Amino acid sequence: MTATVYIPRDSSALSLGAERVANALQAEAARRNIAIDVVRNGSRGMYWLEPLVEVATPNGRVAYGPVNVGDVAALFDAGFLQGHPHPLCQGPTDEIPYLKQQERLTFARVGITDPVSLDDYLAHEGYRGLRRALDMAPAAIVDEVAQSGLRGRGGAAFPTGIKWRTVLNTPAGQKYIVCNADEGDSGTFSDRMIMEGDPFVLIEGMTIAGLAVGATQGYIYLRVEYPHAHRALNEAIQAAYQAGYLGRDILGSGKDFDLEVRLGAGAYVCGEETSLLESLEGKRGLVRFKPPLPAIKGLFGQPTIINNVISLASVPIILDKGGDYYRDFGMGRSRGTLPIQLAGNLKHPGLVEKAFGVTLREILYDYGGGSATGRPIRAVQVGGPLGAYLPESQFDTPLDYEAFAALWAVLGHGGVVAFDDSVDMSKMARYGMEFCAVESCGKCTPCRIGSTRGVEVIDKVTHGVERDKNLKLLRDLCDTMLNGSLCALGGMTPYPVLSALNHFPEDFGASATEKAA
Amino acid sequence: MTEQQWDRESVRAIIAGLQDKPGALLPILHGIQDALGYVPPDSVPLIAEGLNLSRAEVHGVISFYHYFRQTPPGRHTIHLCRAESCKSMGADALETHVKTRLGIDYHETTPDQAFSLEPVYCLGNCACSPSIMVDHDVHGRITPERFDEIIANPGVGA
Ligand SMILES: Cc1cc2nc3c(=O)[nH]c(=O)nc-3n(C[C@H](O)[C@H](O)[C@H](O)COP(=O)(O)O)c2cc1C
Ligand code: SF4
Ligand code: FES
Repeated sequence: MTATVYIPRDSSALSLGAERVANALQAEAARRNIAIDVVRNGSRGMYWLEPLVEVATPNGRVAYGPVNVGDVAALFDAGFLQGHPHPLCQGPTDEIPYLKQQERLTFARVGITDPVSLDDYLAHEGYRGLRRALDMAPAAIVDEVAQSGLRGRGGAAFPTGIKWRTVLNTPAGQKYIVCNADEGDSGTFSDRMIMEGDPFVLIEGMTIAGLAVGATQGYIYLRVEYPHAHRALNEAIQAAYQAGYLGRDILGSGKDFDLEVRLGAGAYVCGEETSLLESLEGKRGLVRFKPPLPAIKGLFGQPTIINNVISLASVPIILDKGGDYYRDFGMGRSRGTLPIQLAGNLKHPGLVEKAFGVTLREILYDYGGGSATGRPIRAVQVGGPLGAYLPESQFDTPLDYEAFAALWAVLGHGGVVAFDDSVDMSKMARYGMEFCAVESCGKCTPCRIGSTRGVEVIDKVTHGVERDKNLKLLRDLCDTMLNGSLCALGGMTPYPVLSALNHFPEDFGASATEKAA
Repeated sequence: MTEQQWDRESVRAIIAGLQDKPGALLPILHGIQDALGYVPPDSVPLIAEGLNLSRAEVHGVISFYHYFRQTPPGRHTIHLCRAESCKSMGADALETHVKTRLGIDYHETTPDQAFSLEPVYCLGNCACSPSIMVDHDVHGRITPERFDEIIANPGVGA
């Protein structure tokens, strides 16, 4: 019998040598005259074990990792194709605690299936949501999504059902579904993992969105930094067209939906929804004034749903299992699950999908395993470059939109970046301002000029030039940016800057009393 | 840089093949940069004409986006991640090493035209920080030693 071996085509696994390992396994099997069937799956999200090689055995899949080219011959010698022991053997994949303790809804198939095989997708409950949606009235589809409590996973956490209802109720000859796949936040990679590891779930979610509001054209606006996601999406889209899941008369329903991937060009602000629409229209990504909302006047002036990858990829399971099923996960007004991305200085960085409510400390230590360097974790930035830095005293906060807001912090896209005690928080604050200056779209003064001034003021503070006066100036400047910016790039840059200053004043040479200011 | 150094016909073909798409400008700029490695400034009139835009509009778009370049890159382009997760794992020290090793700063190309260096703000490889991208290959957990190995053999892939 031909053994089936899984090696990810996920770009982070590739960044650690997965391609070379795949080639070495093929070559070694050929040398030994053993037939193996190599499947290039997505990543299970346990990146410290990548490249992770799995073999199918009668008792389920067995994992070996991290596998380097030099380990391949020994794995064959040990009988890994039969799941036999070897120092790199991690046992049955599903029993690895990091994975076993997760609640994977959106990521249910990632790492398990061949991402671009439609047959594999169908064999793992794929397209059941769409089939159900095809039998429902548009308003009923929107109701199901509203019932699930799903809030946008791209950052602002706006209720998805309400957004969809607005588009449904706005009459127009043409409506659009736009997927925000710009994923510019540092520390985030769950959009990438879905697109590389289970692109059909995004395609299905967008198709359902089209049925829900009467949109016949979708665009995935993908950042250019993700060439592997680009390839996987295009392969999957082509397969979906061929099998009648996209295009005209989907599965004989009389409904049409076309889908195309468009590439960005390295501008963080193009993740902001109105800037993204400008970019899709072929213009500079300048942020638009709101109102009108994109739901009313969006792409090419037409009603447009614009949602994050994870928001859209969560729709198929909601349609398949019902809004209540999804809603039963989570806490308070944060319903369902959050794909949490563990990054930075952690022993076990990776993807953890959990119901809302797990605490930051559990995430950092039970999953993340503490710092990679073995030193104390001193600061954690949650929610990307516009997110606040949290000190140890706040690690018991549950991951819940409202609980974070109460601390003047944000959950954003669920990216968690840990820093050990060697970090200099004044440098991170300076970088926050610098990033805003590099990425500002330039439309409003507080952001365009304020961020450059912010870098200068922080430099003065750290060089001890009129420290008290400049600290006050920095706070004033942040206040202006908070209140006078058109979008969250300028409006939230004060989050990382002021949280660094408030929680770690010693790094700015400030006295302890300034902490309370 | 003279006009003869790039092929006007292939650029015309790229424009003609894409100009009917809604919002065609970015796809066209990508097409040109994929083919030539950059968007030659003197291709702007061709693009403007094809899309019925002013040259200023086209130029404004090219200059807005970090990814589009108007000068030819070196044989290999190195993107070094400067964002937070990579910083937490030593990206600042790596940056110093890279700049010293190549003898250039960001947005520059080595005199032998071998390498161009660009900053990038996250490659989505944050679970394997610090990260760089060489041409289209992302490499994770980069130490100065690993960097030296990679650029000694830049075509080999991750
Ligand atoms: C500067 C800036 C960058 C953003 N980047 C992203 C992004 O990369 N991906 C994303 O989904 N949302 C991003 N957003 C949020 C979007 O504007 C918007 O809220 C989101 O796409 C809506 O989708 P959702 O409701 O599904 O979250 C960004 C917002 C701002 C202000
Ligand atoms: S805050 Fe910055 S990025 Fe946002 S609209 Fe104003 S200038 Fe543009
Ligand atoms: S922060 Fe460097 S890859 Fe994401």
